[in-house]
Amino acid sequence: MIRAATAPIIATQGLTRRFGAATAVDGLTLEVFPGEVFGFLGHNGAGKTTTVRLLNGILTPSAGQARVLGLDPMADGPALRRQTGVLTENPSLDERLSARTNLSLYADLYGVPRAEVTARVQELLAAFDLLDRGDDKVGGYSKGMKQRLALARCLLHRPALLFLDEPTAALDPVASRQVHELILHSARAGHTVFINTHNLVEAQRVCDRVGVMEQGRLVAVGAPHDLARQLMRALDVEIEVAAEDMVTAERTLAARPGLSCAAQRRGVLLVSGAERAAIPDLLAALVAAEVRIYQVTPQEPTLEDVYFALHRNREVSQ
Amino acid sequence: MNRRVIGAIVRKDLRVVLQNKGVVLPILLLPLILFVVLPLVVTLIPASLGNTASNSADLQELLAMISPGLRQQLAGLDLNQAAVLFFLVYMMAPLFLIVPIMVSSVIAADSFVGERERKTLEALLYTPATDAELLTGKLLAAWLPALAVSLLSYLFYGVISNFAVWPTFQRLLFPNAIWNVLVIWVAPAAAATSLATMILVSVRAKTFQDAYQTGSLVVLPVLMLLFGQLFGLMYFSVPLSLLLGVVLWLISLVLLAYGRRTLHRSELIARL
Repeated sequence: MIRAATAPIIATQGLTRRFGAATAVDGLTLEVFPGEVFGFLGHNGAGKTTTVRLLNGILTPSAGQARVLGLDPMADGPALRRQTGVLTENPSLDERLSARTNLSLYADLYGVPRAEVTARVQELLAAFDLLDRGDDKVGGYSKGMKQRLALARCLLHRPALLFLDEPTAALDPVASRQVHELILHSARAGHTVFINTHNLVEAQRVCDRVGVMEQGRLVAVGAPHDLARQLMRALDVEIEVAAEDMVTAERTLAARPGLSCAAQRRGVLLVSGAERAAIPDLLAALVAAEVRIYQVTPQEPTLEDVYFALHRNREVSQ
Repeated sequence: MNRRVIGAIVRKDLRVVLQNKGVVLPILLLPLILFVVLPLVVTLIPASLGNTASNSADLQELLAMISPGLRQQLAGLDLNQAAVLFFLVYMMAPLFLIVPIMVSSVIAADSFVGERERKTLEALLYTPATDAELLTGKLLAAWLPALAVSLLSYLFYGVISNFAVWPTFQRLLFPNAIWNVLVIWVAPAAAATSLATMILVSVRAKTFQDAYQTGSLVVLPVLMLLFGQLFGLMYFSVPLSLLLGVVLWLISLVLLAYGRRTLHRSELIARL
């Protein structure tokens, strides 16, 4: 509801890009709001990177419109890119140059005031824990260091909107965690962040809302838990009961239509296929059968469950 | 156009190029061999061997083939002086053009195709630089060093040649009008033609080596000038050099206008 009063920072209407006979982005209609961390999910080749290119005015759309930060990406590309920072899927760093030189040259390209360049470069090298290696050639850096440097580069000009394309691809868990923290830090600092990812755990961890792309089409959009509730109506529920009451509990639950019930371990049952609204009735039935209940844990569907449910639905519909 | 942005692109490309031995070595070695070693070999070795009958016969045979206009330029000189003047001033003139062509094409190959190969182009395309600034920056990054290397080559060549021919001529051969026109007018045009060709080559080339080898074919017309002069079909004079410059500038402008479309951001990103 708050969002309805705020102008979207990204708004597209039927945005389409074709490459010959193939349609990379197919009629994308989407809104992203200021301050959001928005996850753009999809397999490789789903159209995520093409969308980022369209939204930054470096690729011409075949049809449709886009407004980013109130600007038309194709007509106002340079003005728009002065306010966006893009982390490309490949770090895209000049490996023959030092980190400091890489950042200084891009500071000039992004129009960072001359008097501020040295201090800004120093500040970012320190913030991204690269100060000690700042004068070393980037070719000798680890993947995590390169990714941190690429992130530092896209923050040089303090952009209002960040696009991060697969920010943790090929990183080890420690480096991935660092990148997640940096994303959350950027969001707290007021940046709007648009993340392309196929890493569902990452999306669930850092994104306020996600959009799911399938073969160039946006098939779902919403907050991860809203999508889960919307798409995964039936839940798994773990019920811990007194060990002596297991048989009674199993018999009681098996009598209810649409449910399956399996003993997970001693005293714990996993009930599948229960709708959220039906859980109180289930418990009432168990209590009526004099089953002693110690704990009830609904297994909330993950974004991964949602994603694969969407994928299955699309396969069935095709 | 934003000069700071263009300057940053030029500095970026030059810094990267200077780290690549595959680019720096030919830039240093070719002028060194052509304009330092060769004039010394041509002038000092025959002088140390002295005049033999067979040497004289060979030289006379060579000079008999050149065009009448050039023979007129060499009139009044003895055989040794004529041979030295013919070689250092006229035969080396087309070879001099190889320097701006080679320097600009090797840097442009690294800048246009090498950048794509190293996967560094995409970040550059996401900057606020306009297409015109990107193109200007990349062209200047290859063109300016080509001019600088050509000028330095001329300076070294002039000093070394003057030093080497002093015992024979008792006068300075350089600077002279033909070479001044070559350096100021023709060499920049040759570098521009080579650059414009490289833009077209870069559309298809997959690797730096591919691009460099294909782009080097621009040297072939230069060799035709060399042989044309050797076999008496033409010779390098001031009017011919001026005309050659005009032709090269026209070719490069046409190629640049055509190639500019291929360096549009949207085209570049689609080819990544």
